Amino acid sequence: MKHYLLNKTLGAIACGLGLLPMAPAAAEHNPLPETAIAQHRHSADPEIPAGFTPLPGVEPEYHGDQTYGLLLFEQLEYRSQQGENSVNWEINGWRGGDYQRLWLKSEGEIGTETGDGEQETQILYSKLITSFWEFQTGLRYDYEWGEDSNKDRFLGVVGLQGLLPYKLETDAAIFISEAGDLSARLSLERQLLLTQKLILQPELEVNLAAQSVEEFGIGSGLNDITLSARLRYEVNRNFAPYVGLDWSRKFAGSADYSRAEGESVENWSIAGGVRLLF
Amino acid sequence: MKERYTAISRRQLLKLATGFGVSVGLHPLLQRSARATGVASPMLGELLPIDRYPNQIDLKVFQEQIKIGDRQSNAITVNGTVPGPVIRLKEGQIAKINVSNELDSETSIHWHGLILPATMDGVPGISFNGIKPKTTFSYEFPVNQNGTYWYHSHSGLQEQQGHFGALIIDSLQPEPFSYNRDYVVMLSDWTEEDPHQVLSNLKKVSTFYNYQQRTIAHFSEDADWARMRMDPTDIADVTGATYTYLMNGMAPANNWTALFKQGEKVRLRFINASAMTYFDVRIPGLKMTVVQADGQNVQPVSVDEFRIAVAETYDVIVEPEESKPYSIFAETMDRSGYARGTLSPQMGLVAAIPPLRTRPLRTMADMGMDHGSHGDHGGHGPKQQDKPIDHKSPQMDHGGHGMQAMPNANHAEHNMSEMNSSPAMDHSGHDMHNMDTAPAMDHSGHDMRQMDDGGADLGEAVPHGPDHHGVGNAGVPMMVKNRLHEPGIGLESTPDHKVLVYTDLRSLEPGSDGRSPDRELELHLTGNMERYMWSFDGKKYSESPILQFYYGERLRLTFVNDTMMEHPIHLHGMWMEIDNGAGAYKPRKHVLNVKPAEKCSVEVNVDVTGNWAFHCHLLYHMEAGMMRTVAIVERPMGEQS
Repeated sequence: MKHYLLNKTLGAIACGLGLLPMAPAAAEHNPLPETAIAQHRHSADPEIPAGFTPLPGVEPEYHGDQTYGLLLFEQLEYRSQQGENSVNWEINGWRGGDYQRLWLKSEGEIGTETGDGEQETQILYSKLITSFWEFQTGLRYDYEWGEDSNKDRFLGVVGLQGLLPYKLETDAAIFISEAGDLSARLSLERQLLLTQKLILQPELEVNLAAQSVEEFGIGSGLNDITLSARLRYEVNRNFAPYVGLDWSRKFAGSADYSRAEGESVENWSIAGGVRLLF
Repeated sequence: MKERYTAISRRQLLKLATGFGVSVGLHPLLQRSARATGVASPMLGELLPIDRYPNQIDLKVFQEQIKIGDRQSNAITVNGTVPGPVIRLKEGQIAKINVSNELDSETSIHWHGLILPATMDGVPGISFNGIKPKTTFSYEFPVNQNGTYWYHSHSGLQEQQGHFGALIIDSLQPEPFSYNRDYVVMLSDWTEEDPHQVLSNLKKVSTFYNYQQRTIAHFSEDADWARMRMDPTDIADVTGATYTYLMNGMAPANNWTALFKQGEKVRLRFINASAMTYFDVRIPGLKMTVVQADGQNVQPVSVDEFRIAVAETYDVIVEPEESKPYSIFAETMDRSGYARGTLSPQMGLVAAIPPLRTRPLRTMADMGMDHGSHGDHGGHGPKQQDKPIDHKSPQMDHGGHGMQAMPNANHAEHNMSEMNSSPAMDHSGHDMHNMDTAPAMDHSGHDMRQMDDGGADLGEAVPHGPDHHGVGNAGVPMMVKNRLHEPGIGLESTPDHKVLVYTDLRSLEPGSDGRSPDRELELHLTGNMERYMWSFDGKKYSESPILQFYYGERLRLTFVNDTMMEHPIHLHGMWMEIDNGAGAYKPRKHVLNVKPAEKCSVEVNVDVTGNWAFHCHLLYHMEAGMMRTVAIVERPMGEQS
């Protein structure tokens, strides 16, 4: 990592620390390589009562804290829209145990004609705090590139991810940039089975900001709302081609910045792509 | 129904015969090359009377390609076959069994259901350190019991890969029932996937293998389930989407066949060696008389169907009256597939295969939300299928009941007086079916109520109370009740179709220990399906490894199932006597299936020493942490004896 990135990182962390609750220490054991036989590892503090003695010569093995992982290309698609068409991605992944995981979230867009684009990547520590909710905290890195300029910034992240009643998959996060700007995002999704293999996935995303950040075209207040639906056909759980429809609209200051740039504040797009689960 | 008769040539059949019938007790093991030519001596799974038992048995564990169904598959075999060879022992002998590990990884063999010294139980990390690659471990233990048992690996997920076989112990005394033919019927589930991948998939997406979920056609009906973030279609975690179901190692199309002659009595020893699959077993056209459960003689019960939980065994006797083929049909509990064989007067005949029934749905009863309303005296729970609902049946699972179903929600709106106005529970109707078929039941020792307090009456719901089991438990049932008299989800017991229930099981001989339990230990079966976490009392094996039993005590173990799934609970080294209302005739079992929202009890004589495994026998639940070491310790000073 370049030095300036490191400095930005430290800056973002420093800004974030005021907000972030202290994260619990991660598990102390290093995951061992997985072999054909499940690795048995001692967890930090198993409750072994006094008076327990293993049989002579037997080394106890206690399992249940193995490491697992997921890598989901939720979106890998071509979008046709009013402006420049684009290739978009949205990736979610985690690695860890039942209680503590390291999360990766990445999304972005690359214009098919100019090659201009933007991406946002988050690396988060995640802890299960109730049966259905994970507390997440970590870093987000935004990068926009194009002919005019390249710009980037780091943000600290605090969020909750989980399942609301009615099985609404929810991700709510607060971001604080290295400049101290505060923003928030809420996204809600639901999986609706039309058949066992044909699945409709509606999604709502709302972005808010406390301050204007002109450089990134963000006004204060409500920034934008996106409503989308993707219809996928699961050839199997790992491979599902889909079509999608997105409607997004910018509001308030964000809309003003868009108009000033000559962009539309409302955008419809049609997408086709594949969803991949690893 | 018209029967199709299909001839299979003897050559084809021999090709299918993987050598399962090679009884270790009978012959020296065939050379591997001889096996390849398909020389199978007796019929697959047939047990012939023998007069000589081997002093020593040699088993070798291999990783190799074998033919399962019509595909070459990567399996872990014992002596080259799946299932491994039938081990035949005689009650009273000393068993000497050498197990050589030809794998690249550690292995082990656990003798499931045997009472033996703690060091011989074969559980790595508890009984011994496992059998390292290219080494041999010599098991030696006295055989002081008889009946149908089995053996399997207790290392990693090898059981899913075929590392299991039948273990038959012939009785010293004449058996209390007679038969002319004797067959092992070993049921299992087979996947071509690496079992670690299966578990990994479940951790990624807990519904990965469920292709029988409810669609938006039932959106409003299922609103209550959705609100609770629960899935009413979660009957089996791993399904026919990846599994082929085998009978004696043979796929349904290969049709394992057991021969009989008209007028003969046939003993079928059903063993469920599955990793994850419950089977509902029927032989259409035949009554089955259950004579043993988990290797223990029971008072004979005549049934049309029985559910066999993972790792249980049931011995049944059938008497086919006609000289025609009968299907042995083992349908999975989630109806996603079946194992099948044929009982036939000659090779090559087949009988009709019944259609798969509709996958059942969880009901509010499985959430402990049915308000004690059950007017079902056959003990069958509400049956629910994806079809118009019969409002006459006592179903509580469709919307609009104003349930405060959120676990730990405010139940103030629940009118508990409903419970009193629900159909009066008529205990006289419980458990009394089969009066005619059971031999001279001694009613003096038969008390419908539990023999002492400490357990709920059959079917009587008691509040669960708040959930203290942490994030690994996704809620608790509102009410829990003893469901031992219920045949289970998707099964209906009717006068025309009798399904075995646990309250039918009555030991043939009264138990010798009349003591009341000294102590009660309550264990909650806990889980979080969304993240595929499984545990006891909300703690995984890695977090809370030890459960202490006191040497010499008679212990009441009470299980409370907080989850919405059945769990087959297995205690090593000691018998569990099931508190099913049979008084002195409580049946002894090594595996107890505990239903969702059930609270039930077993009694254990803690008359052994050492450390023993205790776990859910659903392999992936155990691997996820639903396990304990039971440590037998001295009773602490100051505790009453």
